[in-house]
Amino acid sequence: MKLERSSPVTASRKSPSGILGFDEITGGGLPRGRTTLVAGGPGCGKTIFGLQFLVNGARDFGEPGIFVAFEEESRRIAANAESFGWRLPQLRRSKLLFIDAQPKPDLMQSGDFDLCGMLAGLALQAKQIKARRIVFDALDMMLALLPDLAARRREVYRLHDWLMARELTCIFTLKSGAGEPTFTSPQPYGFMQFMVDCSLILSHSVVLGVSQRNLRVQKYRGSSFDENESPFVIGDSGFNVAISRILGQLDAKVTQERVSSGVKRLDTMLGGGYYRAATVLITGVPGTAKTTLSGAFAEAACRRGERTMMVSFDSDGSEVIRNLTSVGIKLERFVNSGLLRVVSARTITGSAEACLVRIKALAVAHRARCLVIDPVSAISNSGSEVRAHGVAERLIDWSKSDRITLVCTSLLNEIEGQAVGDSSLHISTLADTWIHLNYLVQAGERNRGMSIIKSRGTAHSNQVRELILSNTGVTLADIFTAGGEVLMGTMRWEKESAERVAKEVAEVAGKLKLVTLDAQQAELQVQLKAVQTELVAKQVEKTLLASTTASRKAVTLRGSVRMRELRGGDAPRRK
Amino acid sequence: MYKFRLFVAADTLNSAQAASNLNALCKAHLAGRHEIEVIDVFKDPKRALAEGIRMTPTLLKLAPGPVRRIVGTLADVARVMQTLGLDADAA
Repeated sequence: MKLERSSPVTASRKSPSGILGFDEITGGGLPRGRTTLVAGGPGCGKTIFGLQFLVNGARDFGEPGIFVAFEEESRRIAANAESFGWRLPQLRRSKLLFIDAQPKPDLMQSGDFDLCGMLAGLALQAKQIKARRIVFDALDMMLALLPDLAARRREVYRLHDWLMARELTCIFTLKSGAGEPTFTSPQPYGFMQFMVDCSLILSHSVVLGVSQRNLRVQKYRGSSFDENESPFVIGDSGFNVAISRILGQLDAKVTQERVSSGVKRLDTMLGGGYYRAATVLITGVPGTAKTTLSGAFAEAACRRGERTMMVSFDSDGSEVIRNLTSVGIKLERFVNSGLLRVVSARTITGSAEACLVRIKALAVAHRARCLVIDPVSAISNSGSEVRAHGVAERLIDWSKSDRITLVCTSLLNEIEGQAVGDSSLHISTLADTWIHLNYLVQAGERNRGMSIIKSRGTAHSNQVRELILSNTGVTLADIFTAGGEVLMGTMRWEKESAERVAKEVAEVAGKLKLVTLDAQQAELQVQLKAVQTELVAKQVEKTLLASTTASRKAVTLRGSVRMRELRGGDAPRRK
Repeated sequence: MYKFRLFVAADTLNSAQAASNLNALCKAHLAGRHEIEVIDVFKDPKRALAEGIRMTPTLLKLAPGPVRRIVGTLADVARVMQTLGLDADAA
C-alpha cells in the first residue's frame, strides 16, 4: 500500500506546496489548476499557509503567484513573512505579486456589486508575471459586503469560473465562523465547501494550557489523502506539518552496521553495539547514570568523527559537559571542534509538537548522525500525553528515515515505573533497544544495576551487570548471585576477594599434594628398581644353579663309568 | 461642474443599473452641469488597476473635491446624493 508519489501522472495533477509534511499527507500537494479552501478560526495560520504556498511555488517550482489580501495590508503580511526567512523582496519583482483589496473603511456602498473590476485587473497582472498560483486571503471580508447570500454565491462562482478558465491553482482562505449560518447553509459559506476541489481545516486549541495546532484535509477530489488530523507547528521557517511516517521510505534502509555504545562490555552484551539508526531507550529512576550512559555514547560517536547532538532538558549544555567530565567522558574538545552540539532544551517551550520541530530543525542544521535526548520524557510534560505519544512516534520515525542513531533517556516514576516498567510516552514499545538502570540497596549501599530488557534483532546478554562510574570512565562489572541474592558494590568486592583468597589456598594445597605425590612416586620407583635388580640376580642364580647341577650330573656319570672300568668286576654294558 | 467616472463591467446587470441610476440622478439634479466618463474594466483593465478598482460598478466623483467613491448599483438615491454632497446643493 505504498503511495506512488513519483508517478508522472500524479505529479502533474498536483501542485507541490513545498510545506514540510503537507505534500506527504496529500500525496503531492494541492490540486493543480483547481481551487482549495483553507478554513480556520483566528490565528490558525491560514494566511501563512497561503503565502508559503506562493513563496515556495515562486522560489522552488518556477510558478509565479499573486497574493490578494482582503484583510491585512500586504505590506504588513510581507513584513511578518520576513520573520520566516523568506526573501520576499527578491521574489516580488517578477514572481510574487501582492494586491491590496481591502474594502476601504470609508467605502460607501449602495446596492449590489460584483468583483469584475478586480478580475479584470488580475487578468492583466496574471498575464504579466505568468502567474500559476493565486491566493485570495480572507475572502469573507469581501463577501460580507454583498447584500445577500445569492449575491455571495454568484460572486464566488464567478471567481471560480474565472480561475478554472485560466487553470490557476488557487487557495481561498476563509474564517470559520464567518458569515451567518442559515437554514439552507448551516455552515457559513457552506456552498464553497462543495464547490472547491480540496478543503483544508485548520484549528487551534489549547489542551491543558498548551497550544495545539491541527490540520485536517476534509476533502480532496480525485485523490487519496491522510484523513486524520495532523498536528502542525508554525516554526522558524513557516508551516511544518507533523506526519507519522514518510511512506515507502522507512523500510528501505535497514542496516547491519553497529555503533558503539561507548561502554565496551555493553557492546559485548549487545553483540557488538547498537544498530545504526536504531532507537535506544535508557530508562531509570533519577540518578541511575542515564545521562552518563548517553554521554558515553555521544563521546564514542564523536571519536568516530560522527556529528552528534545532545539535547538536554535537565541542565545547561556547559553543566552537562562538566558533569560528564567527572566520570571521564570528555566532550569539551568535540564541542570546540564543532562535532558535538549540546542544546539546552529548557529554552524550548511550547507543545510537544513544537519541541519536536525545534529538535528536528536543530539536528538537521547540525547534520547530526547521532542524537541524544535527555530525557525524552520531558516532552510529555507539555501538552497531553496522547499528543506526546504521537510525538515520540514521529521522533522515532523521523530519526529512522534520516538514519540517525537516537539515544533517549526516560525517567521512570519510582513506584509506578518499577512496577510497570514502562515510560509514559510508551516509547519502550517502539524503541529497538531498551536498557534499564536501577538501584539495588543492600547492606547500607546503593549500587547501580544495568540490564538489557530488549534489543531487537540482536542476541543479548540476560545478565544484570553492575554499572560502575569512576573518573576514568564507565565500566560494567559482573555481579554475584549467591543464594538467590544479587551482590553488588562492597559486598561484591568482598565476595570477590574472599573467592580470590580461597582460590589461592586451593592452589597452594594442590601444589603441595602434587609434590607429595611426586615423592611417593619416586620412592615407589626406587623400590621397583630394587625388586627388579633382585629378580635379575635370582634369575642369574637360578641359571647358575641349573648349569652346575647339570655338570655335576655329567661328572658323576663319567665317574661311575670310570669306576666300573677300574673295578672291572662287571662286563661293560652294551646298548 | 460635476465630473464623474463610472467603472463598469461590460454589460452586467448591476453595471447597467448603476449607469441608468446615475444618468437619472444627474438629469434630475445636475442638468447641464455634469460630465460622465464610463470605463469598461474589461476593455481597459490598466485604468481599473491604476484607480485600484476591485468592485464594479464603482462611481468616482472627481470634482468638485473631495473625491468620493461609491460602490454598487446606486439604487439608494438619498444615500448617494448625501455621499456626493448633492443633498444641500439640490435643495
